[in-house]
Amino acid sequence: MDATLSGTQAARSLATAHKPTGRVSDPIFVGLLWGCGIFVLLLLGLIIAMLFEGGLPALREFGISFLWSTAWNPVTERFGAGVMVFGTLFSAIIAVIVALPLSFGIAFFLTEIAPGPFRRPVGVAIQLLAAVPSIIYGMWGFFIVVPLIATYVQPPLIEWLGPIPLIGALFQGPPLGAGMLTAGLILALMILPFITAMFVEVLESVPPMLKESAYGVGATTYEVYRNVSVPYGRTAMVGAIMLGLGRALGETMAVTFVIGNATRMSASLFAPGATIASTIANEFPEASIGSLKLQALLQLGFILFVISFIVLALSRLLVRSRLKG
Amino acid sequence: MNFAPETSIDIASAVNRATAPSAEPKLKVEKLNFYYGDNHALKNINFDIPEKRVTAMIGPSGCGKSTLLRIFNRMYQLYPGQRAEGKILLDGADLLGKQLDSTVVRSRIGMVFQKPTPFPMSIYDNIAFGVKLHESLGKAAMDERVEWCLRKAAIWEETKDRLHTSALGMSGGQQQRLCIARTIAVRPEVILLDEPTSALDPISTSKIEDLIDELKQEFTIVIVTHNMQQAARCADITSFFYLGELIEVGPSNEIFTNPREARTRDYITGRFG
Repeated sequence: MDATLSGTQAARSLATAHKPTGRVSDPIFVGLLWGCGIFVLLLLGLIIAMLFEGGLPALREFGISFLWSTAWNPVTERFGAGVMVFGTLFSAIIAVIVALPLSFGIAFFLTEIAPGPFRRPVGVAIQLLAAVPSIIYGMWGFFIVVPLIATYVQPPLIEWLGPIPLIGALFQGPPLGAGMLTAGLILALMILPFITAMFVEVLESVPPMLKESAYGVGATTYEVYRNVSVPYGRTAMVGAIMLGLGRALGETMAVTFVIGNATRMSASLFAPGATIASTIANEFPEASIGSLKLQALLQLGFILFVISFIVLALSRLLVRSRLKG
Repeated sequence: MNFAPETSIDIASAVNRATAPSAEPKLKVEKLNFYYGDNHALKNINFDIPEKRVTAMIGPSGCGKSTLLRIFNRMYQLYPGQRAEGKILLDGADLLGKQLDSTVVRSRIGMVFQKPTPFPMSIYDNIAFGVKLHESLGKAAMDERVEWCLRKAAIWEETKDRLHTSALGMSGGQQQRLCIARTIAVRPEVILLDEPTSALDPISTSKIEDLIDELKQEFTIVIVTHNMQQAARCADITSFFYLGELIEVGPSNEIFTNPREARTRDYITGRFG
């Protein structure tokens, strides 16, 4: 105690600057901040390395065809990522297709149409939707949505659309309820708040004078939206969609509940399937340390990581290009 | 026998128009009151705007001149809580009433804003956008219309080789003239200019002022400006607004040389504002 006191006093008397203590503490502070930044990079690097390293034996065993092979047989130890990669992309794309028009509608309603007192409750409801834990969506999907779809949606669709050539392929199989479509719908609900919130932000950034100019030549609300607001924020909106897609790709619990968990590939919306995340969640507990299965699962994780990374990078790029322009 | 009185009226009005255009105002504001929520922004305005003349509105910030401009093309209706009482007659029809649709009002009364507001599309499409809303023209007719209004706005020579490039790449002065061309393209009867040169350099400003002089041959022009020299240079008629009231209106040379009201004199001599 004495030593530090006398030390600072000495520093004070020696220093010509106002705050001599800053000379010691500031480099420490800066150093700590550097540490924080490096920690993030290190963490990310280690995760990537871990996944890749852990999954490497599976890739060696099955070759590069692991990426598209549809085999998944734990008994004969034949593994391939094809079914899961397909399921991941398929369910995420269904989710985006369903969520997109709704997000557009809600966002435009909130920014242009909604009267003041109505705007807040809808805005808060959207934020609350984003806060619902994914396991809740999973349970709700399993106990409520799956039976509803199996009873009321699938039978008529299979009957009416099933026989049509080409499109019919999407509507084949028994009405199980659980499957790609249900997973896509639940995912759509989960990414809806994120896409909507970003759309609202983009639409609010359209200069009022620009919209007034369009109204000023006699455009209607829809024409202003279609020709001015949306083109103005087009790039940022694509970025928002990509962010939503990224979330849908990695979502695990809700999907595991409702996708049916079958490691078969089918073009039908109603067929049960699997995503990378749901497969890992389901099979990880049964994979013993050092087994080929565990290595295959780790490799799956690495693939998911790469897909998400690409989507995220694209979205950042698009959002940023818009902000600069 | 029935024809006689009608013809005579026609002749009378034609003569009237030729000799004294101010006899029949293009826009007639009657007992207009305007409110932003509880704020009484315009107080009992009575104001005639003559056809094919330039009418300037001057006054200190917040005096209500821009507000009045935004009532003329019903822009205020986009915002809840803003309301107008009274009448504004466009060729005798009340444009605040229900009988005129707001998109129709806005196509007959065009507006150019303080800052250039090109749409995020090509120069050509900036102009075609408004035209397509009201008319269905073939390609040739549309090309012709685009050239016509770009020439009118004195910007054809600068843009004819880059019609299909983005309008966002033009200079500020060019963008503003494009916005004027875009407004003219829908062939309005009245053009509202809300401080159209406040964001422009002196050379662009003088181009726009020359343009205003040209345009009054065909259009009725209402301009809001903070620049009193500009009002004196461009406007046939000048009106002075203060705290939501129309203080004085008259021929520009009278307003600027011999105003009747003390408040007008104080403002134009720079004693307040």
